[in-house]
Amino acid sequence: MNARIAHIASNTFREAVRDRVLYNLIAFAVLISAAAIFIGEISIEIERLVVINLGLTAVSLFGVVIAIFVGIGLVSKEIEKRTLYTVLSRPVRRWEFIVGKFFGLAGTLVVNTFFMALGVFGALLYVAHRFYGADSSIFIALYFIILQFLIICALALLFSSFSSPLLSAVFAFSLFIIGSFADDLRGFATLAHGLTRWVATGVAYLVPNFSALNVISAVAHQQPIGWGLVLQNTLYTLFYTAMALSGAVLIFDRRDLK
Amino acid sequence: MAAIEILGLEKTYMVGFWRKRPKRALQPLHLTVEDGEIFGFLGPNGAGKTTTLKMLMGLVFPTAGTARILGKDWTDPEVKAQIGFLPEQPYFYDYLTAHELLDYYGQLSGVPAKDRKNRVEEVLQRVGLTDIKGIQLRKFSKGMLQRAGIAQAILHSPKLVFLDEPMSGLDPLGRREVRDLILQLQQEGKTVFFSTHILSDAEALCDRVAIINKGELRGVGAVEELTKSVQGKVEVVWQGTQVPASMKALGGEFHVTGETVRTVISESQQDAAIDALRRERLRLISIIPVRTSLESYFVEKLQHSQTTAGTSA
Repeated sequence: MNARIAHIASNTFREAVRDRVLYNLIAFAVLISAAAIFIGEISIEIERLVVINLGLTAVSLFGVVIAIFVGIGLVSKEIEKRTLYTVLSRPVRRWEFIVGKFFGLAGTLVVNTFFMALGVFGALLYVAHRFYGADSSIFIALYFIILQFLIICALALLFSSFSSPLLSAVFAFSLFIIGSFADDLRGFATLAHGLTRWVATGVAYLVPNFSALNVISAVAHQQPIGWGLVLQNTLYTLFYTAMALSGAVLIFDRRDLK
Repeated sequence: MAAIEILGLEKTYMVGFWRKRPKRALQPLHLTVEDGEIFGFLGPNGAGKTTTLKMLMGLVFPTAGTARILGKDWTDPEVKAQIGFLPEQPYFYDYLTAHELLDYYGQLSGVPAKDRKNRVEEVLQRVGLTDIKGIQLRKFSKGMLQRAGIAQAILHSPKLVFLDEPMSGLDPLGRREVRDLILQLQQEGKTVFFSTHILSDAEALCDRVAIINKGELRGVGAVEELTKSVQGKVEVVWQGTQVPASMKALGGEFHVTGETVRTVISESQQDAAIDALRRERLRLISIIPVRTSLESYFVEKLQHSQTTAGTSA
């Protein structure tokens, strides 16, 4: 990473911290502690399954909300407040700015996820009194959740490079929801005929495949996650993120900052 | 070498719901700013000053034309390391302190880490921002933000400084300090290009000015040259208490103060006035070209452009 990208990323991270984005961890801590105590009281034999399911789903949702709401403002806020003028009038290329912003937000989400993961493991220890070998798959689920965040960050940046924050949020949330059912869409496409099949297939492969990145239920049920899926998801995320960021750069590179 | 050469830069925005209606923000602009000059870019609000500056900074893309800055193509990233820019009414990352902000900008401008701390302290001192350690920019007044803006523009010792309305938001003392700072920058060999609609600042500081209105260049030159060209009148003062008939014939008003008489006549009547005074054996004290203020020139140019626009419409 070149130095300017690193400086922009580090300033984006600092902004998120000072804008109290990480305060969501307090809400998460309260939620996970209350859930652990409650589940410990009422569940029999399925405490582990419930805590993993609930905990990882919360990690994912908290992160998605941050990725979208912070992501859509990364560029538009800088244009609106004109803070961008004093950055781009320096030897900073526009693509470096976009990539720096992306890494800054991604870094914020990784740190956020790290602390939330500590909460999940703490709750798990509280209800199950010990860790099992199968719990190590939680790391894979967390890794997939982070991959999901990377795609959402890149999409939020893409949308914010050409539309208003409100529309960007609507687009990003819609894609998150549609992408969560990408497997179903692909299944539907194979059943359809004619033009519908072409359109459905196109849409199914264009939207991000978040269903492949969601292994929370499998991990909770102690089903093994193959390394092939890890590699496939990693490559898919790298490709999708690179495409979305390239789109953002292409648009932003031609934009007048009025 | 010219510090800035603007070669026909122009900008047309497409406006309306479908972005089909063209709106010209800047007519093709040709302008040269010499190395080491303080150059004023004058015009009323909405004249095209900020659009020009934004194009030179690469923030807005021109519809046509090009420019050279410090002898290089303006899009060359190396150029940006040698220029400083203060935007109009600057707004910065308000969660940072001034020290953090300048450190960040220093990083982006490639100021070496070992020099950065000293440079930051030095420029903050220079713009009069002291005792502000630990205070976030969101708590700064407008004037303090303007000073921080000037500090970031000169932080990396640029050869060329662009200032968009540098005096705005400053009290009279602050304005004076910024004027002094601009003069100091010139003494250090830097070129300063600043836009303003405060004419007294331009008159006091600039070697040359350009006047722009409705996106069109209306005049460019040294302040003296521009103002002299407006009226072409001279002030004639001689010793005495009487106005001879031959002088009265030249027209104009005569003011007798003590032992001197003063009148203002057109430059073409200057020789006739000297002859008349010689014939009457009156002692000529002075003949001085009347320098109209930049403001008069400016107003005349704007009125002229409005008349032209009205006629052509």
